[in-house]
Amino acid sequence: MWQEGERVKSHVWRPLYVVIAFVVALLVFRFFYVPNDFGSGKRGFMYSYHRKSNETEWKNQPAKYSVSGRERMHEYCSECHGEIVKVRSEKLHGIIPCEDCHGPALQHPDKPEKLPIDRSRGLCLRCHTSLPYTTSERHRIPGIDPKTHNTDIECVECHNPHNPSLEGMK
Amino acid sequence: MERREFLQKCIMVIVGASVPVSALTLIDPKKVFAENPQIQWAFLVDTNKCVGCGFCVKACKTENDIPFDAHVSRTWVERYVYTKDDKRYVDSPDAALYGFTESRIDLGRGEYKEIDKDNVGKAFFVPKLCNHCSSPACTQVCPVGATYKTDDGVVLVDRTWCIGCGYCIMACPYGARFFHPIAKVADKCTFCYHRLSKGLDSACVNACPFKARRMGNIHDKNDPITQIIMNERVGVLKDEFGTKPQAFYIGLAQEVR
Amino acid sequence: MVGEIAKHAAMIVHGEAWTTKELFTLPNEYIYWSIQIVMYPYMTGLVAGAFVLSSLYHVFGVVKLKEIARFSLVFSFALLPVAMMPLLLHLQQPFRGINVMMTPHFTSAIAAFGFVFSTYACIVATELWLVYRKFFVETALALKAQKDRGIIDSFRFLMFKMLTLGAWDIGHEALEKDHKACKIMASIGIPVACFLHGYAGFIFGSVKANALWMTPLMPVIFICSAVVSGVALCILCYVVVQEIRKFMAKRKIARWAKDPNAPSIEELEGAKHEEVMIASNYLMYFMIAALTLEILDLIFRGYTQVKSWDILREVIMERDFNKIFVLQYGLGNILPFLLMVLPGRTVRRTTIATVLVLFGVFMMRYNVVIGGQAFSLSFAGFMDYTLPIIPHDLETFKEGLFGALTVAVTPFVLFYFINKVMPAFLKEESTH
Repeated sequence: MWQEGERVKSHVWRPLYVVIAFVVALLVFRFFYVPNDFGSGKRGFMYSYHRKSNETEWKNQPAKYSVSGRERMHEYCSECHGEIVKVRSEKLHGIIPCEDCHGPALQHPDKPEKLPIDRSRGLCLRCHTSLPYTTSERHRIPGIDPKTHNTDIECVECHNPHNPSLEGMK
Repeated sequence: MERREFLQKCIMVIVGASVPVSALTLIDPKKVFAENPQIQWAFLVDTNKCVGCGFCVKACKTENDIPFDAHVSRTWVERYVYTKDDKRYVDSPDAALYGFTESRIDLGRGEYKEIDKDNVGKAFFVPKLCNHCSSPACTQVCPVGATYKTDDGVVLVDRTWCIGCGYCIMACPYGARFFHPIAKVADKCTFCYHRLSKGLDSACVNACPFKARRMGNIHDKNDPITQIIMNERVGVLKDEFGTKPQAFYIGLAQEVR
Repeated sequence: MVGEIAKHAAMIVHGEAWTTKELFTLPNEYIYWSIQIVMYPYMTGLVAGAFVLSSLYHVFGVVKLKEIARFSLVFSFALLPVAMMPLLLHLQQPFRGINVMMTPHFTSAIAAFGFVFSTYACIVATELWLVYRKFFVETALALKAQKDRGIIDSFRFLMFKMLTLGAWDIGHEALEKDHKACKIMASIGIPVACFLHGYAGFIFGSVKANALWMTPLMPVIFICSAVVSGVALCILCYVVVQEIRKFMAKRKIARWAKDPNAPSIEELEGAKHEEVMIASNYLMYFMIAALTLEILDLIFRGYTQVKSWDILREVIMERDFNKIFVLQYGLGNILPFLLMVLPGRTVRRTTIATVLVLFGVFMMRYNVVIGGQAFSLSFAGFMDYTLPIIPHDLETFKEGLFGALTVAVTPFVLFYFINKVMPAFLKEESTH
């Protein structure tokens, strides 16, 4: 049947033309649709086929927790809250970054002007619920049973959260 | 040009154009090593130091806008309790967002198991997060190239390109991925890529009072984290999948998986 | 606290609505792939199976299957768009579905979908065109000859004119060419159909994180059960449609039934009996293959007892026992097999068997897709799936009973319309 192809165009090829038309349409659409920075990174096609500009998009997300970082946090906070930072005993709550309890600084002191203070028991119970796990570091932290230990008042009414040593109790 | 010839050429051009050039570039390991990027992020978890306070989960959810109410999390802490009569219990209530404030074990379906204080054998906490594998199964299976590994070793998701098929979630052996309840795309730990690029620690590392979580550049031999990974006995989770995880653990037990 | 203040109202994450967690499951684990992903391999399986049945006649020249073959081909065309539907209904971002074609990532099995599926659609469409070209030309010519065409007939004329693609030659030589080309397309079609469904199995089989799915047998099991379900559906529909035709012939309802040359009831009955018997033989061969492979997989897992076996055993032998052994194997495999293999097989018994087979294959897909997510990656917990029945939002509709029913009903609606353009039942002269 093929030798006739030269003389008469074989009609059985017509569906192929339709398919080709579809493919061309799809490729034209693709040209406009796909961002032109799409490609593989150094990790090759399998692991890093992506839109390059997305990396920058992630990088440019604003940070909520203090931009000064953990090590420098006390230093940064003491610029205004020096008294409180000084009170902190390095062995006890001194290891806890300010933002763990006070929330992310964001652009404080500009925005928000004041950070909300969480005085709930739940915050303290994260570490100070007594759990009978002798093989864990947890057992070195003084713990109470939240169901029996002064259930009707907040912890901060007796304990100073910045210097929680029992001598310093209010 | 002959009509037939013209058509043939057309077909060739179309076939050529329909294959993205990048699809033809196979991974050349030599090339990958030669162009070794200066930074390669790795994570180090010291399970001995973790007390299960969950400040890391709270910081992560806050920093990365994962709603507190949504029962998914980019990072979580697991509690393992072994009884003296050789029973094992594991739980992670609310992904440990509020820490472990109860001694009873969450068994799901609203059931709890109180373990007798004297029956507790060993117990410990294990923080978990995306392992940012060297050969991530999740990016391999993404049909559209919406999730990928950056040159400095972080696995990210392109929120504008993800179709939400869930294949990456299925492919991850660590359960690190989920659908973001608002963005409606696959979501996962980014190692706080935005913080890293600003010279900050990730939110969870930053929040951990006990230094149970740390991060470093594994290509820098002088980095303290690299020193630990090189000199101490560290393990990784589920190495049998060949994903080459980049989160290293100190004090791993075989039941942790 | 900022975070706590920013709390959203009760927020249900995807998958939470139908997942019940038990013992220790990782916080992010849910049954993410639900009923639509059960429907997806089920529908592609039906497409592939229907096509394979039609190829038995076109390629292997099983002449006795001629009529059911043509029906299967048209039906597999009606099923085609439906294979795509569950995927779209399941996507969290359905409008970005086209990305699969735009930036295909070929190391992903799903990326192959767009291309294999399109190729396959082209092949089926081409084959249909070759089979029905003569009919198109004749219809168009008849309409052209009609003096005053109404709006509907004008439209039909235009449509059939377009469908001929300008190939008006229906001489003997030209039709011979059609026939030859058709055979070639059908033989290309078989591997593509198998590939279409084989890779659906690959999508699951290649997920190394999932202990139940990960087996190289998965694509083969999927192909075999695909053919089983496709053949069963074609037999069932064929019988049902023939019954309707018989009814119409008796009452002379339809236009064709009033034709003096219309097939008599006896003719219809005779043709039906023979075609159903032969097709159901093929059905049994493929059932044996599918069942053998599935049981082999199960035995192998039980014998080798690798780390995952403890939890798999609990899922397969205890939690999902009824779904797997009673519904899938018992009701969906063994019972229909007995119905067909016991002496004195009738069309009615075979029809009942095909219904059971279709149910069995559906349960197989269900047990693979949902069963594969019934246990935690931690191997220490379980997840239970509850099919959302009454939808309370878009998600529970899409991935609930009604979403699945929509998918199941669509091919029949499509078939009704496609049958208007390409009648599945024509007297001999008009087609090949």
